[in-house]
Amino acid sequence: MFGGLTERLQAIFRDLRGRGRLGVPEVDAALREVRLALLEADVNFRVVRDFIERVRSRALGAEVMESLTPGQQVIKIVHEAMVELLGSTPVGLDLGQDLPAVILLVGLHGAGKTTTAVRLAVHVKDRGRRPLLVGADVYRPAAGEQLAVLAERAGLPVRVAPAGSDPVVVTRDYCRQAPALGCDTVIVDTAGRLHVDDALMAEMERLSRDLRPRETLLVVDAMTGQDAVNVARSFQERVPIDGFVLTKLDGDARGGAALSLRAVSGRPVKFAGTGEGLGDLDIFHPERMASRVLGMGDVLALIERAQQAVDEQTVRDLERKLRADAFTLEDFLVQLRQVRKLGPLEDIVKLLPGMPMRGMPRGGVDQRELVKAEAIINSMTPEERRRPEILDAGRRRRVARGSGTQVQEVNRLLRQYEEARKMFRQLARWQRGAGRTSPAPWPPRRG
Amino acid sequence: MSRLEQGLARMRAAFSASLDKILTGRGSPDLGDLEESLILADVGPETARKLIERLKHIPSRGESARDSLATALVDMLEGEPPAPGLRLSGTPSVLVLVGVNGTGKTTTLAKLAARLGKEGKTSVLAAADTFRPAAIDQLQVLADRVGARVVAHRPGSDPAAVAFDAVQAALKKGNDLVLVDTAGRLHTRAGLMDELGKICRVIGKALPGAPHEVLLVLDATTGQNAIEQARVFKEAVGVTGVILTKLDGTAKGGIVVSVRWRMGLPIRFVGVGEGMDDLLLFDSREFVQALLGPGR
Repeated sequence: MFGGLTERLQAIFRDLRGRGRLGVPEVDAALREVRLALLEADVNFRVVRDFIERVRSRALGAEVMESLTPGQQVIKIVHEAMVELLGSTPVGLDLGQDLPAVILLVGLHGAGKTTTAVRLAVHVKDRGRRPLLVGADVYRPAAGEQLAVLAERAGLPVRVAPAGSDPVVVTRDYCRQAPALGCDTVIVDTAGRLHVDDALMAEMERLSRDLRPRETLLVVDAMTGQDAVNVARSFQERVPIDGFVLTKLDGDARGGAALSLRAVSGRPVKFAGTGEGLGDLDIFHPERMASRVLGMGDVLALIERAQQAVDEQTVRDLERKLRADAFTLEDFLVQLRQVRKLGPLEDIVKLLPGMPMRGMPRGGVDQRELVKAEAIINSMTPEERRRPEILDAGRRRRVARGSGTQVQEVNRLLRQYEEARKMFRQLARWQRGAGRTSPAPWPPRRG
Repeated sequence: MSRLEQGLARMRAAFSASLDKILTGRGSPDLGDLEESLILADVGPETARKLIERLKHIPSRGESARDSLATALVDMLEGEPPAPGLRLSGTPSVLVLVGVNGTGKTTTLAKLAARLGKEGKTSVLAAADTFRPAAIDQLQVLADRVGARVVAHRPGSDPAAVAFDAVQAALKKGNDLVLVDTAGRLHTRAGLMDELGKICRVIGKALPGAPHEVLLVLDATTGQNAIEQARVFKEAVGVTGVILTKLDGTAKGGIVVSVRWRMGLPIRFVGVGEGMDDLLLFDSREFVQALLGPGR
């Protein structure tokens, strides 16, 4: 329904052969498209307006780099400005020294607070803390049970305020009991509330005053539209919000809400929910988000389109991203999707000097293959996805049955995954090598 | 004030104020500002542009400009040709609620049972969300509240089997309706969309011609992704209509215009509050009237 921003900019600049500095006509033409892309991504109208204004002044008169087209140059400027706005580096939790550290999760109905609470508990537990989950939703039928079931699944202690009790009083008690239970972190899941519901907003204020949370996180659905700014503002007026958790990012929403939240609140998005499993909570990466909001799939697209010239910074960014990935089967699935969207991966990697071409997944991946790959990977246990080496013949048969495929197809997928993983390892090694010796100037100048 | 007007108070306040400014300002109405209002209401840039094209010939300012906008909106919401009404012709009629996670399917299901119960129809609720922990308990509590019967299996069991049994139960007891709750699923998960297809096929085996309605439950605060949701769910399970929830909490909800106009899906009900009687039949004229405020 909506072509990529890059393609549309390409079209605008097709006839424009000029180099030199960006002038008013091209900048304005490009920014019209950028504006539309941002609005389609649900970035708030006013946030878009301010953002475009800022980018415009920066883009005007900017020099067009040697081998970028003017359109690519504008995208580069837009992308940089967006990463800046989103906060250039990922921000994690700051749990301080006081015990127990309380994390309060608040948000609208159906944003994903309960699931996020358990994932966050798993996250801090993986980092050596001992979390206690506390359910303070006394309104939604069976909300406490949902939390208890998930907590049990994750092997974590949980306390749930009974229906009809005063959640503030009960939760305070649970927080006091935490040390005796051997817990140093309390994660409080609260009821969903409308930002216009005064009684419930007041209850949240009391919770915040009484519990003195170290971190108060507003959980927001990544699919939220223009109202994200009002939600952020109304919650922030009542309690100090330290950051956001953006959920359901495993869907295909462009997630413009991230930009709006940050712009109106000044607080960072700290985590992203990226799947249905209890481990599917990632530290939020501003850079990836910027590409997604712009509809570029990934910044990889930028590199591919820039074909003849990639500047050093972009190469470094790509490398950091690839290396940071603890490349699991799920990452592989994401990669497969991107490969399909961007065209052959070889073209991109070709741009990197000294990159081995062996072991590349060849060609694109068609839709049916992708569906199969997804079914296969979805039929694995979380453990199997993390450590595919445990997939013995019996497990492979089970996965094939579960996904309606043949064992051979499972084998093929695992082979492809192994090849891709090898490639990324080589990429990392190449990068380390390049770091030791002083590399040739990059990009190589033409002519 | 009608229930709908109360529920839409926030939406109207946000939209009407800016609209007044635009339509009563000096000179011809500023279409740029109107575009802004529409986009801020989540109508989306493409649909907003379309609406404005239709309005290019606003005859004059004030009353008639408001009327032209109202007419354009109603046209887009009613669609061409107008959608048929809710199909409740089966014995029993089977309605399946589908949607992404957290849009309010379970709550809406209970509200639907309450609403149709007032018309004298008895319902069997199928707890076919066997995935989300405690979803079955939640439905059970709500069903007790509205006096409907629940057919449930164990958590983690096959949702299609639950739906099948619910239809069988309704056939046996002569109930009028089977309302099927399903697990929330992102439309990007092909495997889960297939599962939904299977649920519908199995329902068709239990009762030829069923399900009679597959209703997509959309959260009113959702932005442009709603269109993609509508498209994929429609392709996968033949969605016949939309229920828009949580409309009371948002100044937005303009997405319904796009969903109707671009996806051809009629809006069946809107949820405007937390009470069991806060599910209203959707009427385009009433909705636009509530949105734009009374003319002077």
